[in-house]
Amino acid sequence: MIALLLRDLKLAFRAGGGFGLGLAFFLIVTVLVPFSVGPQSSLLSTIAPGVLWLGALLACLLSLDRLLALDWEDGSLDLLATAPLPLESVVTIKALAHWLTTGLPLVLAAPFLGVLLNLPVPGFSWLVISLLLGTPAMSVIGTFGAALTVGLKRGGLLLSLLVLPLYVPTLIFGAEVARRGATGMETQTPLLMLAGITAATVALLPFASAAVLRINLR
Amino acid sequence: MTIAAKANALWEYANPRKFLATSERVLPFFWITSAALLVVGLTWGFFFTPDDYKQGSTVKIIYLHVPAALMAINCWLMMLATSLVWLVRRHHVSALAARAAAPIGIVMTLIALATGAIWGQPMWGTWWAWDPRLTSFLILFLFYLGYVALWEAIEDPDTAADLTSVLCLVGSVFAILSRYAVNFWNQGLHQGASVMRAGAVTGTDTQEKVSNIYFYPLLLCIVGFVLLFIALVLYRTGTEIRARRINALLARERVNG
Repeated sequence: MIALLLRDLKLAFRAGGGFGLGLAFFLIVTVLVPFSVGPQSSLLSTIAPGVLWLGALLACLLSLDRLLALDWEDGSLDLLATAPLPLESVVTIKALAHWLTTGLPLVLAAPFLGVLLNLPVPGFSWLVISLLLGTPAMSVIGTFGAALTVGLKRGGLLLSLLVLPLYVPTLIFGAEVARRGATGMETQTPLLMLAGITAATVALLPFASAAVLRINLR
Repeated sequence: MTIAAKANALWEYANPRKFLATSERVLPFFWITSAALLVVGLTWGFFFTPDDYKQGSTVKIIYLHVPAALMAINCWLMMLATSLVWLVRRHHVSALAARAAAPIGIVMTLIALATGAIWGQPMWGTWWAWDPRLTSFLILFLFYLGYVALWEAIEDPDTAADLTSVLCLVGSVFAILSRYAVNFWNQGLHQGASVMRAGAVTGTDTQEKVSNIYFYPLLLCIVGFVLLFIALVLYRTGTEIRARRINALLARERVNG
């Protein structure tokens, strides 16, 4: 398991792995927002939590079609499926590697982009906490979507169509935590809901992803 | 007949030939009854009920809005049930029925959204509001779109049936989750459940309920929509079965040269 994780991380960090693509996308989206809505700092600070959450979500989505597709093309997915390691662990490791290479950098970059959008000071810690809690769910749900569309020639667009509705609850509660945190309201309820969604998806969705992957590898 | 024997009799319809024969026999009944109920219900509703004292004649859009919205949700439930049957018992008719139902669900969702917007404009002063019920329906619409797109994208029919069934199961959980998330996220303009409440009929609860003048034609329309939905699903499932047969014949012909 650790060998697989290290392999995935190495592949992601080396050239052509797509590491940094999500980060660059996140940066560009955030920079473009003031151009589209205007530079008034009061407006920007109101929408900053939502924009940052949406940017992180889209950046995460962008990297999903590479999650399993490369392994599918060169046949290593077949090898992994026949390996003694259960497929459920394989998809969990894949999701973990995706989170380490995409989710975690997004979480770390978010406060700096928050400065650009004039995020209120109490909002920074809540933004980081909510993203830290929410991005694992996004990786796990994304892995399910990637497993569904892995055998398709042009699965990228379909993947977005399938995954985006599944992201709705995570986005609602995550952005709500960040928004309430930024305006100084109590954040406990949405925070607990977000944590619950993440815990449930991390615990249960790998089984669905593995089942789907088995069907696709048949 | 014992219950077990009856349960076994249900599974006989998993045989496509038996399914086609029976559905062709009962289809005329469903078409005619649903058409009759809808004609009577809509005519009664549109022309022979008084205008509401507050809403005027716009209240009459209820006869399309409520049944369509009900069927949009029930259609997903039916797809969930048939997907489960496919995953557990692997009857092809079941998977094809789920496939046949999805576009009907899309249309019902669209009707509910469109009539809701037309009703909302004069009543709330806006075509659209990010109300929990409206938003949930929009999300349901996206789920339907993804489901249909996945069916269309996969060539192998058994793989497609498997994958869409799993998507339907996972999607159902997330759809319910979204419903509660959306409820939490915004307060609504839409009124609460006010049609099918037993307590309101017997008078034990005093919250607002659709008046009986409107309720009886509405009931006819709802039953009409249910029958129409069953007819459409049976008809479209038959089409899917025949399309599958044609593909099989064509493939056999190609093999034989």
